[in-house]
Amino acid sequence: MVSSTILLLIPLLPALGALINGVRAAANPRTHKSRTITNAVALGSTGLSALLAAWTVITYVGGGMSSAFQYAYYTWIPVGLGHVGANGIANFAVDFAFRIDTLSCTMLLIVTWIGFLIHVYATGYMAHEEGNTRFFTYLNLFMFMMLLLVLGANYMVMFVGWEGVGLCSYLLIGFYYDKNFAADAGKKAFVANRIGDFGFILGIFLIFNTFGTADYGKVFALASANPAAYAGIATTICLLLFVGACGKSAQIPLYVWLPDAMAGPTPVSALIHAATMVTAGVYMVVRSNVLFRLSPDAMLVVAIVGAVTAIFAATIGIAQNDIKKVLAYSTVSQLGFMFLAAGVGAFTAAIFHVMTHAFFKACLFLGAGSVIHGCGGEQDMRKMGGLRKYMPKTRMTMLIACIAIAGFPPLAGFFSKDEILATTFEHHGFLYFLGMVAATCTAFYMFRLYFMTFSGDYRAAHVEGHPESEPEHAGHDVIPSHVHLDDGDAHSDKAHGHHVDSHDPHESPWSMTGVLWILAILAVIGGFVGIPEMFGGAHPTIFQRWLAPVLLPLGGEHFEFAEASRLQELLLILSSIAVATLGWFIAYVLYKKDAAFSRATALRTRFAFLHRLLENKYYVDEFYNFVFVGGALAFSKALSWFDAHIIDGIVNGVRHLTVILFGHGSNLVDRYIVDGAVNGVGYSARGGSKLFRKMQSGFVQNYALVMAGGIVLVAAVYLFTKP
Amino acid sequence: MGILNLVTYIPLIGAIVILFFVRKENGKAIRYTATAFAVIDFIVSLYLWFNFDPHGTGTHLFQFRETYSWIPSLGVQYDFGIDGISLLLILLTTFMGIIAVVSSYSAIDHRQKEYYILLLLLQTGMIGTFCALDFFLFYVFWEIMLVPMYFIIGIWGGPRKLYAAIKFFIYTLSGSVVMLLSILALYFFNDGGIPFLNIKGLGNPATFSVLQYHNIGHLIPPQLQFWIFIGFFLGFAIKVPMFPFHTWLPDAHVEAPTAGSIILAAVLLKMGTYGFVRFALPILPDATKQLIIPIVVLSIIGIIYGALVSLVQKDMKKLVAYSSVSHLGFVMLGMFALNPMGLKGSVLQMINHGISTGALFLLVGIIYERRHTRMISEYGGLAKQMPMYATLFLIAALSSMGLPALNGFIGEFTILLGAANRSIVWASFASVGIVLGAAYLLWLYQRVFWGPLDNPANKTLLDVNRRELGLLLALVVIMVWMGIKPAVFFDVIEEPVNYVVRKVDPAYFDKRPIEYPPAAPVVVSAVETTR
Repeated sequence: MVSSTILLLIPLLPALGALINGVRAAANPRTHKSRTITNAVALGSTGLSALLAAWTVITYVGGGMSSAFQYAYYTWIPVGLGHVGANGIANFAVDFAFRIDTLSCTMLLIVTWIGFLIHVYATGYMAHEEGNTRFFTYLNLFMFMMLLLVLGANYMVMFVGWEGVGLCSYLLIGFYYDKNFAADAGKKAFVANRIGDFGFILGIFLIFNTFGTADYGKVFALASANPAAYAGIATTICLLLFVGACGKSAQIPLYVWLPDAMAGPTPVSALIHAATMVTAGVYMVVRSNVLFRLSPDAMLVVAIVGAVTAIFAATIGIAQNDIKKVLAYSTVSQLGFMFLAAGVGAFTAAIFHVMTHAFFKACLFLGAGSVIHGCGGEQDMRKMGGLRKYMPKTRMTMLIACIAIAGFPPLAGFFSKDEILATTFEHHGFLYFLGMVAATCTAFYMFRLYFMTFSGDYRAAHVEGHPESEPEHAGHDVIPSHVHLDDGDAHSDKAHGHHVDSHDPHESPWSMTGVLWILAILAVIGGFVGIPEMFGGAHPTIFQRWLAPVLLPLGGEHFEFAEASRLQELLLILSSIAVATLGWFIAYVLYKKDAAFSRATALRTRFAFLHRLLENKYYVDEFYNFVFVGGALAFSKALSWFDAHIIDGIVNGVRHLTVILFGHGSNLVDRYIVDGAVNGVGYSARGGSKLFRKMQSGFVQNYALVMAGGIVLVAAVYLFTKP
Repeated sequence: MGILNLVTYIPLIGAIVILFFVRKENGKAIRYTATAFAVIDFIVSLYLWFNFDPHGTGTHLFQFRETYSWIPSLGVQYDFGIDGISLLLILLTTFMGIIAVVSSYSAIDHRQKEYYILLLLLQTGMIGTFCALDFFLFYVFWEIMLVPMYFIIGIWGGPRKLYAAIKFFIYTLSGSVVMLLSILALYFFNDGGIPFLNIKGLGNPATFSVLQYHNIGHLIPPQLQFWIFIGFFLGFAIKVPMFPFHTWLPDAHVEAPTAGSIILAAVLLKMGTYGFVRFALPILPDATKQLIIPIVVLSIIGIIYGALVSLVQKDMKKLVAYSSVSHLGFVMLGMFALNPMGLKGSVLQMINHGISTGALFLLVGIIYERRHTRMISEYGGLAKQMPMYATLFLIAALSSMGLPALNGFIGEFTILLGAANRSIVWASFASVGIVLGAAYLLWLYQRVFWGPLDNPANKTLLDVNRRELGLLLALVVIMVWMGIKPAVFFDVIEEPVNYVVRKVDPAYFDKRPIEYPPAAPVVVSAVETTR
């Protein structure tokens, strides 16, 4: 039996850690001397939380998993009675309640354990940072919010976590807040997320209107028992929820914040912007699978947005030179795969990919962090190269993660991605094609990243014409101001820069490489829980069976896992491997065999337009800035003018008119009112008694009486003359 | 003397004590006396909180009643009594009263004696307004409030204080005069009718008793209801202020001293919304229903318009002032959803707005005292120089933009849920305000606190002192409390809100409760989830 107290402690411990470190950071923001205490609090709280999470899952599984475990701690918002449908009424009260089922168990383990590992890594990575304590405050707060998100038993608790992780993301992206690019990126992330949340909350309102509650158990029970009654409204609800998912999980058209979010410290990119927070949208869609399955239209939209995002972001990833930017677009693309999965009904594959992606992408980001750390804050891959000599552990783990994400068997990414593509093939040929192209791009840009970083010779000294700009306060922990190599455009994410003066790259401390190894191992073996029948697994796979209880029957019809013929399955697997190999091969030819990248350069010149388009991310940011940001500001300025001149002008006009109507010159009034009442009191009053005397015979009251009389008169005339 | 009289007149006694017993040169004594009375008043008002029965209905809905005969020939009574809505607003007033007094210690350096006397007088006026259950008495307190505020803005205000003070005074007074007409129309209808308008009266004994009008409201012919409502509407909508009657507000806020802005935002604006929920809705149900659409449209315009205009303000205080227009739009929207959710959210949002916007004005005042400018462009990078201040400002901003687990969210969510229950279209438009709220507040925050600290004038700024920290922490504690465990606030307004809903829409609760299939997962629960 799951203990509700232990369950509550899982999120509360990181919250407590955040509180302790938060007070310490606020009281003494500039020192990092008490680092040991900070680290102990941060690691202790998340570590214990991870252990309790494991214990909770063990007890839940040990208890037979016969049903979801749900516990309401207290009534959070007792909003009262509202109408449901035409004749129904229900209490819309919202409980602060947690729910443990196989889906939340999966997310719980990913969040707590990956979160803990990244905390460990961060103690090494952030050791020399000035705002160390502040950093761990935010990171612990993030853990708390993320755990609320996955543990909540209704949409409202999820929404608290949902907005909360957005806040932490904002604070962490803006961690280097004195740099304008970080501050801008933080705000952009928050506002883009809020646009998504706008859809999410409207979806929640419709859920209340339709079901009279936001409780998962009740909503899904109603929908599952009587699917026909809710099929109509389900499309609207699901599309609104999906708007929220697009914001949080960086899908078209709201993906623009995620690449900029790389302005945050690298552990943040790994934890929040790769492994956990950005997958919240996928979790939400899978959590709402009962509703989504009621609406094939909404499912189709999810699938299309996912597939298009997957290929769109993958093509951008090809042309980026900043190591974190490549990974950021890769994340957007992989999230697209997850939504594609959910959209074609492969809900378990979506969560499966969430899990494997958490392993290899966290590994890749942390590896990139290790590289940046080792290269003194450098993020441009053109200034790297040959790092295999200097950073063997980082190189090995990143290679493993690259193989995993590219989709080579038997590593984790292969199984999850193959399951997605196979199910897509069953449903939509064209989306399958898009997915295959995106998968080719994935393999290409990942190996391009790998070769550019680790193969060949170290190039930092050889890049001509772009001297490292002078750090502002040498010797400090600073972010060197950084100039984009091509167009001089202020580059946004040079986020980590200690040891600016050391020349040779160096391997990172064990707290970082150790974590890399654990994640690399997970990236190797993590896929075996979803091993298909063809490779000696079963149908449905272990992972599918595990999540099956979440996929409630619709009107008595049980959820069917797609099953293809042997031959088809074999062909699909072979094509998956083929596209991965193709991507690797192109990268190999262009960036490994040809150490000077002359072929790549030739291609770039030949397709200059295309390259510029990709490198500038299809100019979407520019478009949004011009149309939406510029439009809103221009409109607001116009309104502000309207307010000051028209609306207030009318008010002042009425005043003047009244004054004239009643035979006062405005001069006289001003003198009486102004000098008479206020200044009069001001200069002559010597103590309160005079003040009161003045107030009693105040000119204001007289004037007001005249005004009032006028209004009475006008009203009376109107009342009498009206028919 | 009953407890309500005590709460109302303790500030007045304080004002008299300062007037006669404290020398005007002795600034310290004046400040401490004023603080002492504000604190005593708050403590006494807590007695109300702990002795209030949230389940009182019927004749027990209004509690701590005190009724004395006053002018029997006109039917005027001295009638005090509060329900949960007035209770919360009174607590807000006494609490923010302390904040206002203490925040003035260093901000007001000339003519302190008059200042604190006026501040205390203002408090008596505000509390009296929330307690009064007799229209005549209500009107007296309503007008009393205006005068001290007028002088606070006019004497201790900024460069354009005279213009702002007069505008505030005349604008709100014109509204209240029209409201007086409506009160008189009710009075004559209840009594002998209005012969020259051909309106027959009910022939009841003359009275100004609000509760009497609650009972006879539905007897008023719809057309008369409509005109009476218009009168109330002008009086209250100007005070709220609703678009397009809001232009006095930015001027008054920008020119008022910090404490004036705090009280103005926290309490005075709530007079308008309180007026709607206490008088206009329950007395004039037909007119209310008839005018839902225009009022909701104005509220939604206010929400979006206020937020957009906030976005481009260059003066921090003006930005916060316009955000009030947006927030009060939410309050009005929730109210005119006319269901328990909307109304509860509306009442809670009155309190939340008082706390959050009060805190924001206090914060702006703190930085103004140090730098004597409120121009956003003068700042930047303050988070490095004033970390504690930056943290507290962030919390206040997050509370104001409705981040879950802070108070603002509870109000906004409940309001929008209520609005959505009536029309998802209303909720869609109003939710735009939430997105914009994040935009203008975060942009403000970014420009003031983030970025490089490059203005030399800011490099010597001191972080909050103990007095300021104490005030802000008190506000933050309430923000968190109301965000995490708001049930206790919902409890006290449950009955009053249902009372109003029944008055306006008697059939609201006559529906069939939804039944949930016991299917699928077994629910283990500590609290009963279906009530």
